[in-house]
Amino acid sequence: MKFDTPATTNPIDRLKIVGRPTDRIDGPLKTTGTAPYAYERHDVAPDAAYGHVLGSAIAKGRIASMDLTAARAAPGVLAIVTAENAGKLGKGEYNTATLLGGPEIEHYHQAVALVVAETFEQARDAVEMIEVEYGRAEGAYDLAAARDAAKPSGKDDEPADSRVGDFDSAFAAAAVRLDATYTTPDQSHAMMEPHASIAAWQGDRLSLWTSNQMVAWSVGDMAKTLGIAKEKVHLMSPYVGGGFGGKLWVRADAVLAALGARAAKRPVKVALQRPLMINNTTHRPATIQRIRLGADRDGRLTAIGHDSWSGDLPGGKPETAILQTRLLYAGANRLTRQRLAELDLPEGNSMRAPGETPGMMALEIAMDEMAEKLGLDPVEFRIRNDTQVDPEQPKRPFSQRQLTECLRTGAARFGWARRKPQPRQVRDGRWLVGLGMAAAYRGSPVVKSGARVRLDAKGIVTVETDMTDIGTGSYTIIAQTAAEMMGVPLDKVVVRLGDSAFPVSSGSGGQFGGNSSTAGVYAACVKLREAVTARLGLNAAAAEFIDGQVRSGDRAIALADAARAGELVAEDEIEFGGLDKKAQLSTFGGHFVEVAVDAATAEVRIRRMLAVCASGRILNPKSARSQVIGAMTMGAGAALMEDLVVDKRHGFFVNHDLASYEVPVHADIPHQEVIFLDETDPMSSPMKAKGVGELGICGVAAAVANAIYNATGVRVRDYPITLDKLLEKMPDVG
Amino acid sequence: MKPFTYERAASPTEAATAAARQPGARFIAGGTNLLDLMKLQIETPAHLIDVNGLGLDRIEETQEGGLRIGALVRNTDLAADARVRRDHAVLSRALLAGASGQLRNRATTAGNLLQRTRCPYFYDTNMACNKRRSGSGCSALGGYSRQLAVVGGSDACIATHPSDMAVAMRVLDATVETVKPQGATRTIPIADFHRLPGDTPEIETVLEPGELITAVTLPKPAGGAHHYRKVRDRASYAFALVSVAAIVQPDGSGRVALGGVAPKPWRSEEAEADMPRGARPVMAKLLAGAKPTEENKFKLPLAERALAAVLAEAKG
Ligand SMILES: Cc1cc2nc3c(=O)[nH]c(=O)nc-3n(C[C@H](O)[C@H](O)[C@H](O)COP(=O)(O)OP(=O)(O)OC[C@H]3O[C@@H](n4cnc5c(N)ncnc54)[C@H](O)[C@@H]3O)c2cc1C
Ligand code: SF4
Repeated sequence: MKFDTPATTNPIDRLKIVGRPTDRIDGPLKTTGTAPYAYERHDVAPDAAYGHVLGSAIAKGRIASMDLTAARAAPGVLAIVTAENAGKLGKGEYNTATLLGGPEIEHYHQAVALVVAETFEQARDAVEMIEVEYGRAEGAYDLAAARDAAKPSGKDDEPADSRVGDFDSAFAAAAVRLDATYTTPDQSHAMMEPHASIAAWQGDRLSLWTSNQMVAWSVGDMAKTLGIAKEKVHLMSPYVGGGFGGKLWVRADAVLAALGARAAKRPVKVALQRPLMINNTTHRPATIQRIRLGADRDGRLTAIGHDSWSGDLPGGKPETAILQTRLLYAGANRLTRQRLAELDLPEGNSMRAPGETPGMMALEIAMDEMAEKLGLDPVEFRIRNDTQVDPEQPKRPFSQRQLTECLRTGAARFGWARRKPQPRQVRDGRWLVGLGMAAAYRGSPVVKSGARVRLDAKGIVTVETDMTDIGTGSYTIIAQTAAEMMGVPLDKVVVRLGDSAFPVSSGSGGQFGGNSSTAGVYAACVKLREAVTARLGLNAAAAEFIDGQVRSGDRAIALADAARAGELVAEDEIEFGGLDKKAQLSTFGGHFVEVAVDAATAEVRIRRMLAVCASGRILNPKSARSQVIGAMTMGAGAALMEDLVVDKRHGFFVNHDLASYEVPVHADIPHQEVIFLDETDPMSSPMKAKGVGELGICGVAAAVANAIYNATGVRVRDYPITLDKLLEKMPDVG
Repeated sequence: MKPFTYERAASPTEAATAAARQPGARFIAGGTNLLDLMKLQIETPAHLIDVNGLGLDRIEETQEGGLRIGALVRNTDLAADARVRRDHAVLSRALLAGASGQLRNRATTAGNLLQRTRCPYFYDTNMACNKRRSGSGCSALGGYSRQLAVVGGSDACIATHPSDMAVAMRVLDATVETVKPQGATRTIPIADFHRLPGDTPEIETVLEPGELITAVTLPKPAGGAHHYRKVRDRASYAFALVSVAAIVQPDGSGRVALGGVAPKPWRSEEAEADMPRGARPVMAKLLAGAKPTEENKFKLPLAERALAAVLAEAKG
């Protein structure tokens, strides 16, 4: 199905099942511990041996020698894989560094060996017996130091630089100006389930049970890395214990499990050990961002400038922190520039709302600072600079844009009017209390997505697609979509996901998965409806699918009857035909936060958070809310604690476990509220939905930062906002 | 984890004797620290002696009116004990500020005293660390030192002792009871129990090889108001940047010990004599000679402010 004209009324609009708060259909499996995650597939690979990974002890250089003698002789060891004995390997399209290093080492904890043994303990013990001599090379590990050598970096649809009007003159002439530099640190996805895989060969065919967000990409990259045909790779990822972008790609666990299984001649399972995850896999890169804003006295922006620097391994890509600045606020004169420095730290890559998360962390503090300079309320200042068109291409409208409505609703609900514009006015016992807000913005891309639907003689509708559920609730919204389309209750729908034998879907990433994958299921269901009416001899255009029946005129036939003579199968994909070029598809919101800062110790504690989101039709308000509160929690982490600390001498992230890389715990997040504005977006898909899982994090950290400023009068521009950055300016104690 | 042998001791003396007999033997109590370190091969004992079944899990009243806490009493049970909560509240508060409910259910009194540092370089066996491998160097000096010691460290090591419980025990003037191989016992004041790193950061306490902790004894109640103020980067489940254990008497005199700033609970009886005059003079003496790094120098004003807040709260 080609989607190239705006959606009109369709069966989804009945909203009998779609749009209602719905429990996860996979919930019972998860709460009873019976959902089969990759590492636990004892059912398919009962005899799997255990692989354990050795990570490089240096960040850059070469392996001079590697002595495997002791490890080979260790009890239970079946095989050892190294770059030297693995045969020729390719590199995945989505990987920057190779997944098995040697002799060249590209980053710290790059995998250099896999030991396969009968037991996990034997493999882990033997790994430590491998003797490696390294030749260390000089590397670049300091973004600030590499900043001046950074180069423009972009792609066709996201150029490195954008200019509209004459920024320099307009900024120089502006009545009110802000010129400030912000930094965001490297961050880790820190999901619960580590990267994990089981690999088994049947001749030259590979079966891979893994934890991965993008099945088709990863089939391609496994094939490319191993030098085999794509058709030889069967990849299954039905349950994923969190990904946040860290599992968009094939990583060392998958490739090494495959190589280990080949070497050991039996299935091998590999989970990356927690201390390796941070330096071995990908992370959100640090940024330095300079923002310049110029406005007239009425608070209308006349000049908007945003420069961003980030670093990555040679051949890597930039953190696109300037993207939202091209689209969020009106202003005639604009300049954005994106620069990429070469660093020899581990590979930077996507993490929940890449680009916008760090971009909004900076931009939305800048907007708060500017509002203060103008003497305007920060909500009002943003509303004053709202736009209904792409500010760089004013002929291009937003398909839907309710930023103003989000901000007004949020302000009313949160009690924003009670905020004191002057900082450090509110004291509650030992606490300094403040309110802060920020806009939320995230693009809502659409991606081609396919599905197959089957109807059997019992009236059961089965959906098959390689779409993944990374904890987001894909199973449930897909079931809701099929149930709505076929007119059956949810318990008559079976959803099978994450298998490369199924039609290729959008996968999960970039908050495109929910809308795109359900639209693909919609397309397949349209075809199945046609097959049903054809078989029942009904007029397809007039038929209504409802309550397990197909009704047309005065006839009502049980849906199951259509499959009595044999299962009906339909397959289709949704292809997006450029509506997203004609109009900008984006999601909007407002974040509101109240913090309390201990007057003595400057410890920051969030008291309450509110997000108001306008992001198309909300397919399942229950799981959508979970997505947003999870994203708000992650935003709180970004604001207050998350920081991969770079050791600039050795070139690695020092705090590489969950004891030292702190993420919020329950006690950090006392109260969260989410409001979804009523919205449908016919430009987006037949579902009229958009993404929401990434919108929820965009702007949160800045709202926290702005609340801290309101509480304390201390403006911190370097994340995370830990107490040492506030302490000096706190009031006297006693 | 390296392969190891395992035995269950039958009595404290036997445990100590067995430990002295077997080179590379370690006691295992709750295992919440030791097992983690073994998995990473930071500790590689050849033999484990399980001391869980030795009957050292009771809290008894002493003739002096104090409490004798068995070495194997779980942190959860100790924190919840009515006598501790009533008479030694600083200890309950410190315990409850540490780790998580699940960990405290396993963690023991002796294990907590002997838990090892959380210096991140100690945890990465690719990095030089004098505490882990004597003479290899200290990666934290000149590296990531935000969490580490501002006082009491040396050129060889600036690790902190991470325990909350130990800070409270220091302020309560606890004593550590041990049994040595062959059965000799001794009592060690908590002040002398942990050693400063000097040139030998790998030696952390005055315990001799094979010496087993049997109990920690608290003297009779110190009275006063008990405070434990733990300052950290998140609201729970994090080690202290700075913690303050304080007992404040109605006349403003009292005792104070700091956690998170030094290789051992940090207290000076001379410094705390100044408590009636406020936090500043106390900290000036207590933290005299501090040698913070650029990254952790904030701990000095933080400690002073935390104590000031405690004193203000005590005044009401
Ligand atoms: C995630 C996490 C967070 C934590 N957070 C905190 C925190 O915030 N604050 C805090 O204070 N602690 C914290 N801890 C540490 C925790 O308190 C310790 O792990 C625990 O107290 C150790 O007790 P255990 O009985 O498990 O010791 P074990 O691991 O069994 O032993 C530790 C050491 O003590 C030795 N030992 C044990 N018993 C004896 C004995 N009777 N005589 C002689 N030697 C003995 C062992 O040989 C070993 O060397 C945390 C731990 C974890 C894992
Ligand atoms: S501070 Fe101590 S524990 Fe940390 S690296 Fe240095 S020697 Fe090791």
